[in-house]
Amino acid sequence: MSTASGHLEGVPAAEVEDVELYHPHSWVTKYVFSQDAKIIGIQYALTATAIGFVALVLSWLMRIHLGFPGTFDFITPAEYYQFITMHGMIMVVYLLTALFLGGFGNYLIPLMVGARDMVFPWVNMLSYWIYLVAVLVLIASFFAPGGPTGAGWTLYPPQAILSGTPGGQDWGIILMLLSLMLFIIGFTMGGLNYVVTVLQARTRGMTLMRMPLTVWGIFTATVMALLAFPALFVSCVMMMLDRLLGTSFFMPALVVMGERLSHEGGSPLLWQHLFWFFGHPEVYIVALPAFGIVSDLISVHARRNIFGYRMMVWAIVIIGALSFVVWAHHMYVSGMNPYFGFFFATTTLIIAVPTAIKVYNWLLTLWRGDIHLTTPMLFALAFIVTFVNGGLTGLFLGNVVVDVPLSDTMFVVAHFHMVMGVAPIFVVFGAIYHWYPKITGRMLDEAMGKLHFWVSFAGAYLIFFPMHYIGLLGVPRRYHEIGEMAFVPPSAHTLNAFISVMALIVGAAQIVFLFNLAWSLRRGKPAGGNPWNAASLEWQTPETPPPHGNWGREMPVVYRWAYDYSVPGAPQDFIPQNQPPAKAAE
Amino acid sequence: MAVVIALVLVAIGSVTFHVLSPWWWTPIASNWGYIDGTLTVTFWITGVVFTAIVLFMAYCVLRFRHRPDHTAEFGPENKRLEWWLTIGTTVGVCVLLAPGLVVWHQFVTVPASATEVEIVGQQWRWSYRLPGRDGRLGTVAVRWISPENPLGIDPADVAGQDDVIIEGGDLQLPIGRPVKILLRAIDVVHNFYVPAFRAKMDMVPGQVTFFWFTPTRTGAFEGICAELCGLGHAVMRARVVVVEAPEYDAWLERQPTFAPRVASVQ
Repeated sequence: MSTASGHLEGVPAAEVEDVELYHPHSWVTKYVFSQDAKIIGIQYALTATAIGFVALVLSWLMRIHLGFPGTFDFITPAEYYQFITMHGMIMVVYLLTALFLGGFGNYLIPLMVGARDMVFPWVNMLSYWIYLVAVLVLIASFFAPGGPTGAGWTLYPPQAILSGTPGGQDWGIILMLLSLMLFIIGFTMGGLNYVVTVLQARTRGMTLMRMPLTVWGIFTATVMALLAFPALFVSCVMMMLDRLLGTSFFMPALVVMGERLSHEGGSPLLWQHLFWFFGHPEVYIVALPAFGIVSDLISVHARRNIFGYRMMVWAIVIIGALSFVVWAHHMYVSGMNPYFGFFFATTTLIIAVPTAIKVYNWLLTLWRGDIHLTTPMLFALAFIVTFVNGGLTGLFLGNVVVDVPLSDTMFVVAHFHMVMGVAPIFVVFGAIYHWYPKITGRMLDEAMGKLHFWVSFAGAYLIFFPMHYIGLLGVPRRYHEIGEMAFVPPSAHTLNAFISVMALIVGAAQIVFLFNLAWSLRRGKPAGGNPWNAASLEWQTPETPPPHGNWGREMPVVYRWAYDYSVPGAPQDFIPQNQPPAKAAE
Repeated sequence: MAVVIALVLVAIGSVTFHVLSPWWWTPIASNWGYIDGTLTVTFWITGVVFTAIVLFMAYCVLRFRHRPDHTAEFGPENKRLEWWLTIGTTVGVCVLLAPGLVVWHQFVTVPASATEVEIVGQQWRWSYRLPGRDGRLGTVAVRWISPENPLGIDPADVAGQDDVIIEGGDLQLPIGRPVKILLRAIDVVHNFYVPAFRAKMDMVPGQVTFFWFTPTRTGAFEGICAELCGLGHAVMRARVVVVEAPEYDAWLERQPTFAPRVASVQ
């Protein structure tokens, strides 16, 4: 079928051959201002991890303050609100979105679809540097007069820009809005790259329905992000105008601390609609790449094809589309027209169906598999447990009337941490243990990996499962101290303290992980090109780690899907995507 | 093997925790027992699904874990199974959604007999306004707000003259009578939430929102602010006292009305 040069018979290659001229020649163009998607991906991942560690430390500070009232009074209420706001915003936007799309997207898309690089490498480089500036602006707000904003990550006006909220009348909110706008600009540059690369730069034979689900997840999430982030961008512009020029997009006539403000006629609910029109798709912008990646982890480490591939692809696409018509389930008790509740509860519960199909198919991939309990597989299993748990509590909160007593309580905090905090982060960990050998050429240490896994899984479950019940009691979220409440028994304070202790322990386990990342870089076991015997294209590169250009002289040609594991009659329990059909079959 | 045990522990431990947990909602004091009912049904259905899924995972790991002689089975699809699972899930979702929507319809349909009570949120306290003998609340506007007229009642509106104003005190409600709570905020978004009543709604500056309920139990019930409203959010507490009708009428009689203030406002 194929000639030695990789061309199909009689058809010239469409791809450009690897030419020395394209490669960077100085250290700076190779590792700093790099246009290689793989380096950009690593830059994204390292920056996201660094800022994520800040968010972790903030969560420690919040938890000790909340868990042990009176003991850690060096944290003021204002600081507590600043910490929850920054923790939330960092985790959702600057860590998870940046890591899944900017990090894994950049590293994996070109390798998995068989491209030399992203299609617009220079714009791709710019994307990272603007992201870095966005992070620095965010960090700068810690050192600005008045500190960062304490408006909660949803930044609801009017309080976000008023004096009763930390940073409202200082620099905090301005820097936050500026940082978000920069992030969106940077993301758009990267996002266009990911979409066009998937659509235009796949190698010969890589049809859309042969792409690994990782690429499907990241691709769909990117399309969604390109549609959802503009809503946040315009909201930020409008709030900035309200704050700096005294316009009234979100500001009705108000009397604040006895003083009549000059605003008139705006709508606080407008912000909420715009924010959640971004904010709900954002949940899936994080979840869909996690869905895709975990599908591949399960398939590779269970040595079995992903079950129901086509259904999985369609489920990703349908979830992506539906997620644009469910946003107001965050607003059941916001004071919007209550009749919207009927519509949004219905759409929200409909999403449960394609989501459940994905869960079944993961389970059915395990079923009759050959399950290797490697660290990536352990994290994949932990993902299923936490995602199913968090997904099911979503059925409480999505069902409009059940949400009424639970909204704004710790139940919500427990739910979203389980479903879009813990679960996707377990996928991140699994993915790093899985692809680290390709990125560095060395394996991560297995013993440290197991320790990291067990503490993180058991600890996170013990934090967030009982937390639901604190919310059920009626304890609201975003209280810097629970204090005396008639409906909260003393034992709940003990539980609350226990949760804080677990949070410290789980946080400490992440230090093991960071140490492992650094230690294995030099001392890890050499991995070879394909340590997991995986079938997808990124494991078939001629060199590991792959150099700039990925494939050397010849582009790979793809003959099959990414899930040919344990195929009867095959000599090995996997068949690489670029392996031509056997002679015997011709 | 440790993984199998851990998964079984997660399933059994979660159910045991749920059953034995001393942490449960506060006893209800309103007509919204339907909400508790829907919540209980949801706990049951989701609990069964969660336990089943986690135990199935444990079974898979036990039965299909890697052993030297073991190989995986190749099988890309099973259309029949996929359809059955889809249909089963759809039915389960409908069973959850249908009662939820029915109860929501009750929640948004205020009985004609409901009396109106206004709650006003501001950083960081609650005020209440009850209609006087005429049974009507006077019109309000932000431009009327002043130290003498903190709720911004139009001094020229006859209906507002006998409005009862409560600042800083407890709100009393008569037992067994449906009440429509009108919610107003004059600075930022707040949310008036008494867990014993189950109902809550944001109060948004620039608009009036509402919810309704019928108190079904006498006693004092603590309320809190459930929407982040700035530094004092956590200390913004309230108390609603539900009493028998005669006691309520006597209490209402003692409360100050707007009329004596009109002169100073004008």
